Amino acid sequence: MAHAAHDTHGHDDHHDHTPGFVSRWFFSTNHKDIGTLYIIFSVVAACLGVGLSVLMRMELQEPGLQIFANGQMWNAMVSAHGLVMVFFVVMPALIGGFGNWFVPIMIGAPDMAFPRLNNISFWLLVPAFMLLGSSMFVGQGAGAGWTIYPPLSDSAYQSGPSMDMALFALHLAGASSILGAANFITTIFNMRAPGMTLHKMPLFVWAMLVTAFLLLLSVPVLGGAITMLITDRNFGTAFFKPEGGGDPVLFQHLFWFFGHPEVYIMILPAFGIVSHVLSTFSRKPIFGYLGMAYAMVAIGVVGFVVWAHHMFTSGISVDTRAYFMAATMIIAVPTGIKIFSWIATMWGGSLQLKTPMLFAIGFVFLFTVGGVTGVKLANAGVDVILHNTYYVIAHFHYVLSLGAVFGIYAGFYYWIGKMSGYQYPEFWGKVHFWMTFVGVNITFFPMHFLGAQGMPRRYPDYPDAFAGWNLVASIGSYISAASFLVFIYVVFLTFARKEKAAANPWGEGATTLEWQVSSPPPFHTFDELPRIR
Amino acid sequence: MATLDTTTADITLDPNEPPAPHKHPYHLVDPSPWPLLASFSGAALLFGIVLWSHYNIHWMFGLGIVGVLASMFLWWRDVVRESKQPGVHTPIVRIGLRYGMALFIASEVMFFVAFFWAFFHFALYPEHVAGATEHVWPPQGIHTFDPFGLPFLNTMILLLSGCTVTWAHHALIEGDRKGMLQGLALTVALGLFFTTLQAIEYSEAPFAFHGGGIYPSTFFLATGFHGFHVIVGTIFLLVCLIRGWRGDFTPRRHFGFEAAAWYWHFVDVVWLFLFVCIYVWGAGPIAEH
Repeated sequence: MAHAAHDTHGHDDHHDHTPGFVSRWFFSTNHKDIGTLYIIFSVVAACLGVGLSVLMRMELQEPGLQIFANGQMWNAMVSAHGLVMVFFVVMPALIGGFGNWFVPIMIGAPDMAFPRLNNISFWLLVPAFMLLGSSMFVGQGAGAGWTIYPPLSDSAYQSGPSMDMALFALHLAGASSILGAANFITTIFNMRAPGMTLHKMPLFVWAMLVTAFLLLLSVPVLGGAITMLITDRNFGTAFFKPEGGGDPVLFQHLFWFFGHPEVYIMILPAFGIVSHVLSTFSRKPIFGYLGMAYAMVAIGVVGFVVWAHHMFTSGISVDTRAYFMAATMIIAVPTGIKIFSWIATMWGGSLQLKTPMLFAIGFVFLFTVGGVTGVKLANAGVDVILHNTYYVIAHFHYVLSLGAVFGIYAGFYYWIGKMSGYQYPEFWGKVHFWMTFVGVNITFFPMHFLGAQGMPRRYPDYPDAFAGWNLVASIGSYISAASFLVFIYVVFLTFARKEKAAANPWGEGATTLEWQVSSPPPFHTFDELPRIR
Repeated sequence: MATLDTTTADITLDPNEPPAPHKHPYHLVDPSPWPLLASFSGAALLFGIVLWSHYNIHWMFGLGIVGVLASMFLWWRDVVRESKQPGVHTPIVRIGLRYGMALFIASEVMFFVAFFWAFFHFALYPEHVAGATEHVWPPQGIHTFDPFGLPFLNTMILLLSGCTVTWAHHALIEGDRKGMLQGLALTVALGLFFTTLQAIEYSEAPFAFHGGGIYPSTFFLATGFHGFHVIVGTIFLLVCLIRGWRGDFTPRRHFGFEAAAWYWHFVDVVWLFLFVCIYVWGAGPIAEH
């Protein structure tokens, strides 16, 4: 598909040199630069998210009110923590960051399909984050939880502008996700290098493909739901207002039709990263490649029909609960395929316990713990007891803050040499891993006990009986927060030491295309398309 | 499992790739300020709604509208210019544009799913309507439009406009410039006609949007967002009319036109569902004018 005429408008000029600073970082159309912007953004947002979590644990360290004036202020912080972590830390790091960087390279494409759209996906997040962050300081704050259920999110209870600011922040972040999803799907379907068939595609690309479909089909439903919430709040509609004939449970349906796929949106890219890392550092191909790919497809498809397991206590009928319970448990099957295949990948391999591998093994362990408690919570009868307790908090932090975040760290250590050209310091990477691993387990494991004893979520205070394990959890969170500082130190050391990374520092186990180009790759990766045999 | 043994295939960079100006068929876009302008304008628009409804401050909203419209114009002007440069919108890039538009429409469908979900949540299960003494849809006391008055006329208008846009498409493929312009102009006119009738219908509504309860909420947001999409589609077709008049389209290359036609058909199909579900199946006692 050669071109007859040379383009006089000059976009060939950029093949050899990079544009100036403003053009490069503000007007970017380069997938690697936009990926870098996403990762920097995610680390900045993580500072806020982690800071809020430390404030929460300081408050809960002992019974009574310590640092928060009232429950509304507490709720505003809790809500901001959840929304920041989901929309501005995990998704930008995994999808915008690593996805942007490595999907085009892994399929042998010179860039994303729609480079300008790629840039707006990133820049929409910046004002969205500003809106959400400032909503905490306007009026009473947006204190309706990250699930923003009415009636608590209605104007009767969150009367100020801060709730609307948070909702519009979600609109902007949602638009960013939808455009990014269309971009990834088009890139993966339309821009694979010759010979790169779907069944030869690296598992990280498969993960991003499934993730992008989940985003494309679920986020618009959230958009509709928060639009209704905004009109209920500001323009006199009654979708979720019983006084006008509306039904708050409708919001729960719409929210979780988005919200459940959303949890897979956060974990699937981590699945992809972990598959690459385990295979690389075991010096073995991934076990059951096709099963691994289609397990993710199955998780994505079934993930759309299990949403009401978040609503077992909302008054839905027994038959409905039975269906959603059964459908939810079915997800354990493809997830089990993945866990066992990861273990089988390591089995008999020559394991190298470098930092990315430690995080990947940590991921498998912690995600399994979170998955098992998930199966337990899927039981509608059991969930009536455990709903909205710290057991649920423990469960979803094991799969997300330990699962997804360990995936992010695994990806960071695996690829930082590739992305920056500088290799991370191995010793401090391992210190970071062990501190994080110990810290998060001390934080979240006791929450199982607290939840099983009936401690409800979203309260700044609790009876004295819960004091012991809360103190332990708080100490754990300080260790976790300190480990985040170690991570910042690792980033600093990486760029200060300037230890040059080889094109492939990991040896024969690293087989994907990004290890065949220099570290960092040239501004435009593939001037000539690679041919995959 | 043994046949596909790795996360990737054995990969080598082929030195025998034939040399070409770009060496690959993809479009590497120049850096552009419009995404940055568009995202901050969009945020200003939404934040403007907050300022308007809570503090009665209007300028931020206006600034956002102007910024969004300006960045749309400037951004798409660049796309149109690129489409005219040789070797930029290659066949494979045009396939990518098709994927992009189809996926965008898919996401739009899911947006409407939310509003249909809200409608059926109450219409199929009237017991979900809080405070109702009798479980019926529409709720007691609500009078609805006669579906076979203006709504049926609007259905016919949109179906006819689907025909005229197809006429324009066939004329374009046949190289019949006059037929294409006539077909497109008629489609735009029918779109405007629809919007006018919808405005008349809204002004005669036997129920109030603000504070009118659950029926007008579902009715006005579902039909209102559809109406907004009709306006967007009409502008899209109008842009195509101008581009067709200026000679941007050829019988072989006219994806901008096709994207507008796809979008128009999508809007049409949404209306058919609205008409059948909300206007006909969901009709109650008919209001008299």
